[in-house]
Amino acid sequence: MTTTADATTANQPAPHRRIAAALGTGAPVYGLLVVLLLALALTDPGFYEPDRFLAFVKRAAPLVILAAGQYLVIVSGEFDLSVGAIVTAGVVVAAELYGSFPEAAWLVVTLALLLGGAVVGLVNGLISTALRVPSFITTLGMMLILEGAVFYWTGGSPHGSLPEGFRALGRGTAFGWLPWAVLACLAAGGLAFWLMRSDFGRTLIATGDSERTAALAGVRVHRVRIIAFVLSGVAAALAAVLVGGFSGVSAQAGRGLEFEAITAVVLGGVVLGGGRGSVVAAMAGAFSLQALFTLLNLQGVSGALESTVQGFIVIAAVGLGAADFSRLRRRRHSSPGGTPS
Amino acid sequence: MTDTALAPPQPPVKHSAVRASRLTDPAVGVWLAALAVTLLGWLVVTLDGGTFFSRANIVVILSNCVALGLVAVGQTAVILTGSLDLSVAYLIGLGTLVAAETMESGSVFGAILMVLALSAAVGLANGLVVTGLKVNAFIATLGTGFILRGWIEDNYTGPAGKVPASFQRLGYDRIGPVPVSVFLLVAVALALWVLLKHTRLGHHMYATGGDEHAARLSGVRTRRTVVLAHVLCSLCVGAAALFLASRLGAGAPWAGTEARYDLESIAAVVLGGTVLAGGRGGVAGTLGGVLVLAVLDSVFNQLSVDPFFKNVVRGVVIIAAVALYARRGSRRSA
Repeated sequence: MTTTADATTANQPAPHRRIAAALGTGAPVYGLLVVLLLALALTDPGFYEPDRFLAFVKRAAPLVILAAGQYLVIVSGEFDLSVGAIVTAGVVVAAELYGSFPEAAWLVVTLALLLGGAVVGLVNGLISTALRVPSFITTLGMMLILEGAVFYWTGGSPHGSLPEGFRALGRGTAFGWLPWAVLACLAAGGLAFWLMRSDFGRTLIATGDSERTAALAGVRVHRVRIIAFVLSGVAAALAAVLVGGFSGVSAQAGRGLEFEAITAVVLGGVVLGGGRGSVVAAMAGAFSLQALFTLLNLQGVSGALESTVQGFIVIAAVGLGAADFSRLRRRRHSSPGGTPS
Repeated sequence: MTDTALAPPQPPVKHSAVRASRLTDPAVGVWLAALAVTLLGWLVVTLDGGTFFSRANIVVILSNCVALGLVAVGQTAVILTGSLDLSVAYLIGLGTLVAAETMESGSVFGAILMVLALSAAVGLANGLVVTGLKVNAFIATLGTGFILRGWIEDNYTGPAGKVPASFQRLGYDRIGPVPVSVFLLVAVALALWVLLKHTRLGHHMYATGGDEHAARLSGVRTRRTVVLAHVLCSLCVGAAALFLASRLGAGAPWAGTEARYDLESIAAVVLGGTVLAGGRGGVAGTLGGVLVLAVLDSVFNQLSVDPFFKNVVRGVVIIAAVALYARRGSRRSA
């Protein structure tokens, strides 16, 4: 619960260790990100031209936003497997809304989607806390329900299209050069960062670290977790708006995104089971994953082998992180009572 | 804590006081639920003008049980040990391909050995990554799944190989209304049940899943136990792949992912009352969970319900069932 920074000021360790502590459990991911970005620069010298780099950030934005939302849920000790389905549902529902009300303002539709995401998150949170269903099962069920309901409603194949006004957020630019998606990503990231600095963030981490201790200390554990689920739902809905704008209506819009988001968060050194890790590292994990995809594309690794390489790198990166992490922790705390992964 | 985790699962004692509490055992509960769903389904289908207990329908229900059942039984072993396997769907796809291709060029027996060896190797890899590299099982098995997926996508574009008619009999022969493949499922489930309840390895698996730290302090080699659980799970998945190959007649790269065996099997295990965190549950409940899902499927097919609506109901059933367990077993923390 105490931030790593507090622990270091208390015993004033060597400088290199202080840096490691400031980076926290996310240290390996920043290294990975730097390596990947360097590799990108070497492969493709034009990669850091402003508009191309911004395009890269734009492509990464949905995953970064999803990772921020997923982080909130994971750090509180839960899972959210429904985010991919929320993205698919969001895109399809937006198209259907425009089918019925072609004149609807984009802001209204976007707000409706965000509200929908919040409601789904609320249901997830209520079932997981009040009914004590493990969130893995709750959100798995929610995934089946959402996908089933959306396709039942649209008769199996979503149709209709999204008007330019709505798609601007996903593929348009502000002032002619700055993609809106980058702004949305920065806003979401800033909000998540501020949230984790606030009282809410501390109680969230405390809840994930030890539910019982947090409850005894006066944290309303259920409410904190429900809020985390709601925020994750909202983040997924925002990602849906970006994905819909960027690539249009598709029944596959969100497929697999839940696993990508969880992978990104874990890549950022966040421990599944809760209580440890920072939101910035989680978002860096999302950037790393996107940089990895881009790099594999540029390197001409055949699309097929891409997932093999991805699998190896994810296992290796997380394995490396786990090894570093346990050593750091053993040094800092004398008590061995850790949760075996 | 330590004591409850390490005590070998008690054999059912036949006292009336104990019998009352056994009704609240999820494994019993899920079989009662399966019975209720069957009766309800029969009622609804009959009112709708169909026949539920026709021989054809029973055959369909039972053979639908086999593939998911084999995977779910294997998944039970890993989940009991406190781990998880998300790579099963891709392993099934690769297994059917290896089976069909080897059978096309070589012998059936060789193909069976090849598939089981491949499965054991994947399980070993999963187990070693989870225990050796200390990667969370969720990520580790997701990663091996990705690796297998890349291998499949790189080498195959569609169905490949051919299964000889002699081996297809595993998928299609039946004795009365019971397909022979059901005996395969029963044999695998029985073997795993005996292993879990009556061998040292089984007790170690319960202990490791209940509290890994306590188990290790009590002298259980938890790492080896987890690795073996993963190998057992993958062997069951290999059996499922062999069954599907015989059923489909060829190797199907996406046989596992299209049916979502990864998540469906976990849902069936949890539906059967096994706790996702490990340490409690068993094979019997899992089979009940599989039966519930298969019967539901068949009822919807007979009523020709929209396939997408089926998913909605399935999601609701899974959440509701687990919520019910959580209410009953209010003392347990999971």
